[in-house]
Amino acid sequence: MLEVKELHAYYGRSHILQGVNLQVGKGEIVSLLGRNGVGRSTTCMTIMGLVPPHGSIRYQGQEIAGLKPHEIARKGIGFVPEDRWIFPGLTVLQNLQLGQKSAKRQGRWRIEDVFNLFPRLGERSNVHGGLISGGEKQMLTICRTLMGDPDFIMIDEPTEGLAPMMVEHIGRLIEEIANRGISVLLVEQKLSIALKISQRLYIMGQGRIVFEGTPDDIKNNQAIRKEWLEV
Amino acid sequence: MLEYIIFSLLNSLVLGMLLFMLSSGLTLIFSMMGVLNFAHASFYMLGAYFGYQISTAIGFWPALIIAPPLVGLFGALVERYGLRNVHKYGHVAELLFTVGLAFIIEEGVNLIWGRNAVTYPIPKLLDFPIFTLFNTEFSAYRMFMLFISVAIFIALYWILTRTRIGLIIQAALTHPQMVNALGHNVPAVFMLVFGGGSALAGLAGVIGGIFLVTEPAMAATLGPIVFVVIVVGGMGSLTGAFVASLLLAAIQTFAVGIEYSLSDLLALVGIRAEVGGILKDLWRIQLSHTGPILPYLFMVLILMFRPKGLMGKRET
Repeated sequence: MLEVKELHAYYGRSHILQGVNLQVGKGEIVSLLGRNGVGRSTTCMTIMGLVPPHGSIRYQGQEIAGLKPHEIARKGIGFVPEDRWIFPGLTVLQNLQLGQKSAKRQGRWRIEDVFNLFPRLGERSNVHGGLISGGEKQMLTICRTLMGDPDFIMIDEPTEGLAPMMVEHIGRLIEEIANRGISVLLVEQKLSIALKISQRLYIMGQGRIVFEGTPDDIKNNQAIRKEWLEV
Repeated sequence: MLEYIIFSLLNSLVLGMLLFMLSSGLTLIFSMMGVLNFAHASFYMLGAYFGYQISTAIGFWPALIIAPPLVGLFGALVERYGLRNVHKYGHVAELLFTVGLAFIIEEGVNLIWGRNAVTYPIPKLLDFPIFTLFNTEFSAYRMFMLFISVAIFIALYWILTRTRIGLIIQAALTHPQMVNALGHNVPAVFMLVFGGGSALAGLAGVIGGIFLVTEPAMAATLGPIVFVVIVVGGMGSLTGAFVASLLLAAIQTFAVGIEYSLSDLLALVGIRAEVGGILKDLWRIQLSHTGPILPYLFMVLILMFRPKGLMGKRET
């Protein structure tokens, strides 16, 4: 579904991505792990076209490197940023409505689905996005991207700063997303949740992929965990 | 006294709403694109000259319809083929680009229409006093200006809060990258907002050129006040721009009619100011003479004590 080859990216003169190679298959949950600052978020931003890419990004057989972010989104790629980027002056409902690519197009996810899945968002549908809690913002940012009906979604650090119960909730949502046939690239720091829900995992270090394997491969390889994941 | 208050209020409303027509576009462009458009008042001037030129050929009413979209189109082209290319070099380059553009427009106006003010009269249909109160007349044209600017205010509010494109604009004020990543064509929205803001400035020029004066210096006269409005209101806040437009217009309008000086004020509390000494001129300055500097004084105070402006969310 998504194939990234020799991807490089720069912020000014800093060489952030130094030849990233990864693949995500249809309906797969793939996690991208690694310590802070190794380029995991930049990988997502570059695939989304928000950072200029150097290298190849193929999506459903088509080269998308160099397309504008809205063109990439319209190919069926969704992005949930680490900073959530909730529109503070718009209500929860309006935030969700803007997730839809057009007012008429109806995708796999409807606003009622979101409110059934997260009744709390339904209760607060008329509250401004700037006034809801961190957990609610996280649900909203994921659901907003889902409203655009992506076939492949990149979710950056969805559990950061959330209470354990909310982390479990987000984990279940990601599984539900995959159950509906959507491929997921999950950027996570919490190893436990990544190991629990992913089929495959990549570990990044210094702008490159340094390890690729299944959850069992990582569980059984203490050296890799120690070298690239543990602080 | 009542006459002075009522007419000053009405006149500040007319001037304030005209300022809002200019500042709303400027503040929207700034918050969305981070561009402080120094040429914004030049679009206002272009509106006045286009309005004047079309008026002399086919009359004021067609000019009112044709001139603002023409200025809007010019603004959209400036964004598409000028600013968008300069954008990659950062905000300083963009700022310098708009400063250069303001000079080009001013010199262009000088070349085409000359250095003197042109005669851009009130349309005949509106050239009568709409009411007389305490022997003072209020012209129908001023009432018309008020009507147009209130209609624009309502239309702008409706578009921004009730339409999908309005929601996209509001969202792009805070997180344009996210709006783009959700599949909306943000560069096209930028062009639309820049063009729309320029058209509003153009409309302000078409009607304001008659009310004030249509001359090559008009952009330089009103431009700084519009900047004061958006700094005082809070950069990026439309409500702030609205409040500050009315407030600054009221300060200027009311100050013009108040002839009290500092010594009069001190006399009220029983202090006699010295008639001699180095400060003798200071005591005698009447408030009416300070009218033109009051907005800037207000801006300096706002920057010192509330840098994000009355209703702004970010530091100026």
